[in-house]
Amino acid sequence: MSDKKGRFGIHGGQYIPETLMNAVIELEREYNHYKEDKAFNEELKDLLNNYAGRPSLLYHAKKMSEDLGGAKIYLKREDLNHTGSHKINNVLGQALLAKKMGKTRLIAETGAGQHGVATATAAALMGMECVVFMGEEDTKRQALNVYRMKLLGADVVPVKTGTATLKDAVSEAMREWTTRISDTHYCLGSVMGPHPFPTMVRDFQSVISKEIKEEILNIEGRLPDAVVACVGGGSNAIGTFYNFIEDKGVRLIGCEAAGRGVETFETAATITTGSLGIFHGMKSYFCQDEYGQIAPVYSISAGLDYPGVGPEHANLHDTGRAEYVPITDDEAVNAFEYLSRTEGIIPAIESAHAIAYAIKEAPKMGKDQIMVVTVSGRGDKDCAAIARYRGEEIYE
Amino acid sequence: MSNIKEAFKNGKAFIPFITCGDPDLETTKKAVIEAERNGADLIELGIPFSDPTAEGPVIQEANIRALKNGITTDDIFEFVKELRKVVKVPMVFMTYVNVVFSYGAEKFASKCKETGIDGIILPDLPFEEKGEFAEIMKANGVDLISLIAPTSEDRIEMIAKEAEGFIYVVSSLGVTGVRSEINTDIESMVTLIRRNTDIPCAVGFGISTPEQAKAMASVSDGAIVGSAIIKILAEYDTSAPQHIGKYVKKMKEAI
Repeated sequence: MSDKKGRFGIHGGQYIPETLMNAVIELEREYNHYKEDKAFNEELKDLLNNYAGRPSLLYHAKKMSEDLGGAKIYLKREDLNHTGSHKINNVLGQALLAKKMGKTRLIAETGAGQHGVATATAAALMGMECVVFMGEEDTKRQALNVYRMKLLGADVVPVKTGTATLKDAVSEAMREWTTRISDTHYCLGSVMGPHPFPTMVRDFQSVISKEIKEEILNIEGRLPDAVVACVGGGSNAIGTFYNFIEDKGVRLIGCEAAGRGVETFETAATITTGSLGIFHGMKSYFCQDEYGQIAPVYSISAGLDYPGVGPEHANLHDTGRAEYVPITDDEAVNAFEYLSRTEGIIPAIESAHAIAYAIKEAPKMGKDQIMVVTVSGRGDKDCAAIARYRGEEIYE
Repeated sequence: MSNIKEAFKNGKAFIPFITCGDPDLETTKKAVIEAERNGADLIELGIPFSDPTAEGPVIQEANIRALKNGITTDDIFEFVKELRKVVKVPMVFMTYVNVVFSYGAEKFASKCKETGIDGIILPDLPFEEKGEFAEIMKANGVDLISLIAPTSEDRIEMIAKEAEGFIYVVSSLGVTGVRSEINTDIESMVTLIRRNTDIPCAVGFGISTPEQAKAMASVSDGAIVGSAIIKILAEYDTSAPQHIGKYVKKMKEAI
């Protein structure tokens, strides 16, 4: 899907300081080597299966399907992975690669904390040092994950600049990487940033759609009509889409965080409201003003609260292969509660954006149609914030 | 080809960096005039960006102060047009690629030409991605300044061969900001660059004292100072220009 320079249509590229160029060139070379290396792949598969708990279940949500009265709904249970989200798929791949490259230290950005926790976990497992950058605002919204990272031996650096959220955590991790390259790998958590990250992270996450395909063919003997996932940077979504891109009969639907609504300034729906730009190493769509100043974005979900989107998604939007829809805070919170009560599954507030789409759209589909929704993570981390949203103070 | 080479005809060049609109454009104007009067050979003008990923805390804050006042790229072009009437030394912009891309590279380059900007530094536009911008800049007589970092190694030859105006030699790893020590072997970097081009090399990142500037300029063609000047602006606000003038004089004399 991407050529040598890491382009997806007009998107992607490597817009980074010269100081980092040799680091990303080396990373690309090593990744291209190890992705074909049998021993590396066996080691990674062993970690994914015997440490992270893959393959994850494809669960037929019978009650939800019946209640909505339309499409047959399956949930891809990435929430059941070790560390509680899809983030571990990518992190185990990158940490193993970093180790093979002789790196001894991992740095990462995190929004909701799920990628930070996954990186801290892999670092603990592989005996590597770990520093996680997290917007100060997010350290408050996701205090439990901050504690988990520290428990796992990572240093958590609260980022106070800008909007003190995910975007600023990415900027700070990039700054740190330019300061210390020789022993450090930047374990980027989404399908964004400079090449080779969007391609490499997508490859590591594509295990999600590889499994969905095998599982649904086993259970139903056919491909789904639609696959649905939430999109911030877009890693669980590209993982969910990737092996279906060539199957034109499968609709690919990405759910963006609309925050308080796409007609307000308090939104993070990049494809719906953004425009073409160049930031954080890539050409893609961004929420920005007419002068290219990056806009402060907002979503109840710290993991989707990002003003850009991965370049492969931008291209899937341009070509019309995938559809991107905005989901508001209210819709996501309702879905968070709905899935908990209907199926006994508490989804991450990020994943609840995809569930919300299913609640709206599944009833419009036929009973003979199949919709697969990826539950990218578990929602324990969000309980206190959702309680607050509903006006209830609870103590973690 | 711009006028940048003129900046290197008066001994070693001293190049101060000032963020436009920090704290306001009137102060920026006075600071630039003071800098020129006290020996600055080339002025680097920052167009503020919301998320300056190559900057340390000092210049990040200058960007925030300037943007808080609602300054835009159009305001800055208007400002430069006026400034050009009184400032003779070459001036280059330093900003981020999204600022130029969003404005439209064609429109940006022609405004540079019209207002008298000689070059542009885009720290997040490496050699591999410059194609989209380089030809447009060249057609308007604006030099796209190349950066070479301590990690560039095998890339130096390729970058130097296509470089224009001057080469910005990045003294250290990391982001902009004052450093107590610079340990990079700048001399070897410059030697390698000079094997591939005869355009001047100026060293920046981390320089604040006259001693550092002297040391860096002695192995290159000039010294670039940003954060140390921005600190003066942060401290003295609208009365900073005279202090900047004194500082520039001291630095130019040292090199």
